[in-house]
Amino acid sequence: MAPSDGGHTSADPVLEQAAGWLRDGRRVALATVTRTWGSAPRRAGSHMAVADGGDFTGSVSGGCVESAVIHAAMEVIESGDPQRLKFGVTNEMAWEVGLACGGEVEIYVEAVR
Amino acid sequence: MKSALLGTLLEAQRSGRSVVLATRLSDGAQELLRIGPAGAREPRSMEGVSADQVYAALRAEEARVAETADGPVLLRPYTVPRRLLVVGAVHIAQVLARTSPEVGLPATIIDPRAGFATRERFPAAELVRAWPDEALERIELDDRCAVVVLAHDPRIDDPALTAALGSDAFYIGALGGRRTRRQRRERLVEAGFGPEAVARIHSPVGLPIGARTPAEIAFSILAQIIDGIRNPGASPLAR
Repeated sequence: MAPSDGGHTSADPVLEQAAGWLRDGRRVALATVTRTWGSAPRRAGSHMAVADGGDFTGSVSGGCVESAVIHAAMEVIESGDPQRLKFGVTNEMAWEVGLACGGEVEIYVEAVR
Repeated sequence: MKSALLGTLLEAQRSGRSVVLATRLSDGAQELLRIGPAGAREPRSMEGVSADQVYAALRAEEARVAETADGPVLLRPYTVPRRLLVVGAVHIAQVLARTSPEVGLPATIIDPRAGFATRERFPAAELVRAWPDEALERIELDDRCAVVVLAHDPRIDDPALTAALGSDAFYIGALGGRRTRRQRRERLVEAGFGPEAVARIHSPVGLPIGARTPAEIAFSILAQIIDGIRNPGASPLAR
């Protein structure tokens, strides 16, 4: 029962999963909350990783914009070009996607390769 | 993001080093900035971001956007994880061990007594069956550590508090009723700790929500630790 410092040095689980998917030969995009306004549920810096096929881990909102972000992530995986997304109550997209909290969130989606 | 950069970022986190990832949102340019004892430096590959901005994002543990002539740059800090050291492998500690990882505070349970810090009682936590002064010295307490003292036995609690007060632990809490607290304060003052040192100890431990059961007390402790992290020096609960 020797003490170790193992618990001190774990890495971000979303990034770990992204690296794991890459090792498995899958294509991956990473979404990151860059800015929020009002009562957005996830803080700036929050990550969501998406693999080809649509598997994802982590979150960038309370669940309201995840499917739109996954859709964008698929495009990013194909094109390789990053995208900047913004969702909010004043945004037509958000009206469809529904950011019920009334906040706004800006998300950066990039390919990892 | 290049997969090699992702690998470097993960490696930095695994080895306990704090880093900040700078991403220029207009074109996706990225640079990983290591933060050393001398502080932060500005990104070499992008103009308009200062070392102060990099360091501020790290200190606040908050991603921030720096506006530059070439467009916004996201500064995303990856800090060394915090951890929770629990002295006294009691019932409250069992609940803490299960729940604290959910709020980013993986627990290490310290208790020298046979039968307390066992794998049966703590299936997932890191266990140290040793006296707390010895255990906490090996662990090298720093400002990423919270120490919660629950043994209710001065032979275990006092050396733990002495080690915690001699460190930069960001939170120190100790269980104890009024009489226990008074006697403990006297012993610590006798041992040479000043009033401001003793005042670092949160006791009664946990937010005053009327917690009665071990689980309720564990949640009140976690809530108090979160309050300290999110509202440094200005808790909305202080009103």
